[in-house]
Amino acid sequence: MAVLVTKDSKVIVQGFTGKEGSFHAGQMIEYGTNVVAGVTPGKGGQTHLDRPVYNTVSEAVEKAGADVSVIFVPPPFAGDAIMEAAAAGIKTVICITEGIPVQDMVKVKAYIEDTDTTLIGPNCPGVITPGEAKCGIMPGFIHKKGDIGIISRSGTLTYEAVDQVTKAGMGQSTCIGIGGDPIPGTTTMDAVKMLMGDPETKGIIMIGEIGGSMEADAARYIKEHGTKPVVGFIAGQTAPKGRTMGHAGAIVGGEEDTAEAKMKIMEECGIHVVKSPADIGATMARVMGR
Amino acid sequence: MNLHEYQGKELLKSYDVKIQEGKVAETVEGALKAYREMKEETGSEWAIVKAQIHAGGRGKGGGVKLGKNEAEVKEHAENILGMMLKTPQTPGGMDGEGKLVRKILIAEDAYRPDFDACKEFYVSILMDRAAKCNVIVYSTEGGMDIEKVAEETPHLVHKEYVDAELGLQAFQTRKIAFNLGLSGKAFKEMTRFIAKLYKAFVGSDASLFEINPCLKNAHDEIVAVDCKVSLDENALYRHKDLAAMRDTSEEDATEVEAQSYGLNFVNLDGNVGCMVNGAGLAMATMDIIKLSGGEPANFLDVGGTADAARVEQAFRIILRDPEVKAILINIFGGIVRCDRVAQGVIDAYKNMGNIEVPIIVRLQGTNADIAKKLIDESGLEVKSATLLQEAADRVKEVLA
Repeated sequence: MAVLVTKDSKVIVQGFTGKEGSFHAGQMIEYGTNVVAGVTPGKGGQTHLDRPVYNTVSEAVEKAGADVSVIFVPPPFAGDAIMEAAAAGIKTVICITEGIPVQDMVKVKAYIEDTDTTLIGPNCPGVITPGEAKCGIMPGFIHKKGDIGIISRSGTLTYEAVDQVTKAGMGQSTCIGIGGDPIPGTTTMDAVKMLMGDPETKGIIMIGEIGGSMEADAARYIKEHGTKPVVGFIAGQTAPKGRTMGHAGAIVGGEEDTAEAKMKIMEECGIHVVKSPADIGATMARVMGR
Repeated sequence: MNLHEYQGKELLKSYDVKIQEGKVAETVEGALKAYREMKEETGSEWAIVKAQIHAGGRGKGGGVKLGKNEAEVKEHAENILGMMLKTPQTPGGMDGEGKLVRKILIAEDAYRPDFDACKEFYVSILMDRAAKCNVIVYSTEGGMDIEKVAEETPHLVHKEYVDAELGLQAFQTRKIAFNLGLSGKAFKEMTRFIAKLYKAFVGSDASLFEINPCLKNAHDEIVAVDCKVSLDENALYRHKDLAAMRDTSEEDATEVEAQSYGLNFVNLDGNVGCMVNGAGLAMATMDIIKLSGGEPANFLDVGGTADAARVEQAFRIILRDPEVKAILINIFGGIVRCDRVAQGVIDAYKNMGNIEVPIIVRLQGTNADIAKKLIDESGLEVKSATLLQEAADRVKEVLA
């Protein structure tokens, strides 16, 4: 089962023949992901990494039955690539690209909401269901199949959480990197809903950061509808107000989107909040009684 | 990226938004020349001298002055040019050092000919993250601190959300003008002003427009008297003219330099420097420094290619801060191979001669074992750690 991507997913890579796309598609294939084809406009008919290349996503859907797309297209064209995938009926679109203009994402998000497509990212490490499918840029070897679902706005901080979970003797069901942009395709709450509904996930780790209200929204949902234990961490407790901390979305604008405010709301909603990022794995193990 | 007031006004004017006209000057002579030209054009002796720095609240620190004749304008220009202007928004606030004023704007008196017939409004446009669309925020309480207005009289701050796909509609501009209590010619002018302003916002890929005050004058014209403009840096590739307006002298010099090396760096006040790959992990590392009894001296994301050259540049930048008592390097290798980072640290260390500050290196992920071996065998006085908690403990030991 798991969510979003499984061993049965038919995965394509948009930006397949580019430097980034080639490298990561290769890594995904090596991990065992069912990569069925790639898309690069103008290179249709070629073969790359032993997979067919198509000019359009709809061709890849028609001929290779693709249902998941991972996007490595440069920022000026990435919004367009997302919409192409959605228009072609791809179920799960995962956009790795960092640096898409905000006004592009405002339009893309509105477009996507009228379709059945789930967008993960942009500006994210991707999604992995350990032992089944790696759709993104995360190092596969730190993961282990298990029952902890992980949601995060950050790449390397997700790896840190994964590593701690694995070292604590547990494994992961699905890890969802929702990305560090101000307008993500999937919010923290959307991802929480997915994992709450996944029978293979028994516990959830929710990693947020300063900026926006996504963690507070998710926390309130968990308080009302949560059925599984959640461990939470918010990065940026020491970040100054009004400065962008690397991620375009990581900026404290008001009183409500500081790490402190978010952690308080999460605690009030019954989430096991850790102050130190070194305590994520151990706390999850304790909460799960392992 | 922030623009100066005069640059923001240039941008607005290119979209036919009516602005308080003015001319920018860098010297007193230039200011007087600008004043005489303005006088010629407007027929008015009065002019406003406005300091051009990237911070709001300039009037509070004496950076905005009315001159009623050439002698007064000269005096204001002399006083403001070269001053260290303190405002509530400059580093350290009104008690801080302030910011050096390099340019001034000699602006027309927009309240002419009848000050008492004027009315000030507040208008801003920004992207609302929760609503996932642009929003126009407006108020009848112009010329004041809008955060204070929102706090004390929230019913006077209105919001109009703009459909992401359809854009701003005419009925919305009418609603705004009605809510601002306008009628007749002023009403029509306001609907046009809002429509053009919104077009400029989207057309320039801005992240913030703040027009405060937005003025209705005695002729019932709507004029942008001041403007704060921030642009989306990710979209500058399609606005070369706007990108060229960047004034790096307004930014932190170290941060500008770091950026030129591809390092994402933010200067902070603490005593423990850090070097991390990935923004989230970098923030988490700052947090763990704090939990270990230190204060982060910086945010630094070295990005996906942390090679020796980059690590060395990062070292040099961090060590320039005399307050730094220790450096924590925290790398989780995914695509980045830890052994290459370790080699980078070793090479940088050797190139730079003696680094007096203790360094804690925590490498985890791809090739972490090889990396640890490299560091341990290098003979360098580097404290290595594998787990994040160990790194935190080392920081605590060093600071003790």
